[in-house]
Amino acid sequence: MDWVNAIVQGTLLGGLYALFAAGLSLIFGVMRLVNIAHGDLIVLAAYLGLTVVAATGWHPLLALVIVVPVMGALGYALQRGVLNQTLGDDLLPPLLVTFGLSVIIQNALLEGYTADPQKISAGALETASFQVAGLSLGVLPVLTFAMAVAVIGGLQWMFYHTALGRAFRAVSDNQEIAQLMGLNRRHVFGLAMALSLGVVAIAGVLLGIRTSFDPSAGGARLIFGFEAVIIGGLGNLWGTLAGGVILGVAQTLGAKIDPGWQLLAGHIAFLIVLAVRPNGLFPRVSG
Amino acid sequence: MAEPLLSLNGLTARYGDFQALYGVDMHLAEGEVLAIIGANGAGKTTLMRSVSGLIGNAAEQVMYRGAAIGALRADQVAGLGIALVPEGRQLFPSLSVEENLLIGGRARRRGPWSLGAVFDLFPILEERRAVPSTALSGGQQQMVAIGRALMANPDLILFDEISLGLAPVIIRSIYDALPGIIGEGMSAVIVEQDITKALSVSDRVYCLQEGRVSLEGASRDVSRAEISQAYFGVA
Repeated sequence: MDWVNAIVQGTLLGGLYALFAAGLSLIFGVMRLVNIAHGDLIVLAAYLGLTVVAATGWHPLLALVIVVPVMGALGYALQRGVLNQTLGDDLLPPLLVTFGLSVIIQNALLEGYTADPQKISAGALETASFQVAGLSLGVLPVLTFAMAVAVIGGLQWMFYHTALGRAFRAVSDNQEIAQLMGLNRRHVFGLAMALSLGVVAIAGVLLGIRTSFDPSAGGARLIFGFEAVIIGGLGNLWGTLAGGVILGVAQTLGAKIDPGWQLLAGHIAFLIVLAVRPNGLFPRVSG
Repeated sequence: MAEPLLSLNGLTARYGDFQALYGVDMHLAEGEVLAIIGANGAGKTTLMRSVSGLIGNAAEQVMYRGAAIGALRADQVAGLGIALVPEGRQLFPSLSVEENLLIGGRARRRGPWSLGAVFDLFPILEERRAVPSTALSGGQQQMVAIGRALMANPDLILFDEISLGLAPVIIRSIYDALPGIIGEGMSAVIVEQDITKALSVSDRVYCLQEGRVSLEGASRDVSRAEISQAYFGVA
């Protein structure tokens, strides 16, 4: 039963990792941009959530109605103001610029909030749990997983059933011809980054409720996000969810064997997938 | 003479060190069909890319309805009602046939062309509307590329080598459909390797040779000798 419990808890944890990864996967899919600052943006969203909760006294989940649009607007501005200038045939400039952005965000957070670990208080939600078939499930992890499924389902639907999704796929296929259709790729990229950071906002606030964070917490979040994307297969959002779950389960199983093995087990699962299926378990599917 | 719909004034274009166009002058009246012929590398595709905004030029080098549009981006040019059917079809592989057409119509300009009208013109596309564009034959892909441009209800449509790589019977059926397309009051520029085809559907013809206009005239008046002189630069 302990092992079943570990697998279930790992699956729920995977929901959070999938949220870390979904925004990363989205912008890589649309504009081949690898955003090194993604983890730091998650932490920035957590701090923003903390600030909104402190200022308004709202429940952190209600604070999302402010954090999500603010992060989305930041994403659009960041893309139009900075990142669009780095995109081209060469993959290196966006890597370097987002790496620089990562350093800037970390240091700005350090200036603004100090290095003390912080946590977003969500009251009873943090410890609430219920029993299912002999397993004790936390309400927060279940809610996180449900939000991950909803976010990924929503993104998937948007990609394949809306004009915006069509524009994303067209620009991803062929930027030049997409311009001929009257699509301004800079604007489309801005929208993609806005959407990505909207997801980051949800991930950041849930992270902040689940665990304590400090300005340097972004790096590990980036790694988990990357691993979930790669395990699942690039360009497949449901695969990203599966990748998050595999990573989460590997971590909790590792921790079950020896608490020190939690992170190691996740990385090993990632390396095995990379060695056996370099394109991920569920590479890009269309339709 | 009425103000031309489109005029090129000393259009120059270069790729890095390579200059592709040397001061091309050209004009197109409303409702007119121009053919542009010339050997490979004469600058025909570069000219199309310049007009459609894929290559940036000095603003006044491309005038459209009296406005200098040479420096506009391709998406801005598309918004003015100029559509390009690009060389090599270049459909979006991740999009279905219907989605390829819909994305062409996203500017929502008014006009006769809609999904239904394109399906009436090319009924095979309605049958295959849900399949990925990559699953189509070359000729069907060309129909999608033409339909995609029409969906924008352009005032000026540019066809770049629409017969390239297609079987003769397919080319004939596409050219048979052209008068129905252009007859809707649209102006068109047709770049074509097949000179007979180009002359048969156009009002006037320009021949490009090494980035310069080497011949200009009414399509029914130009002689074979003039064309080969202009085409190859030999008498």
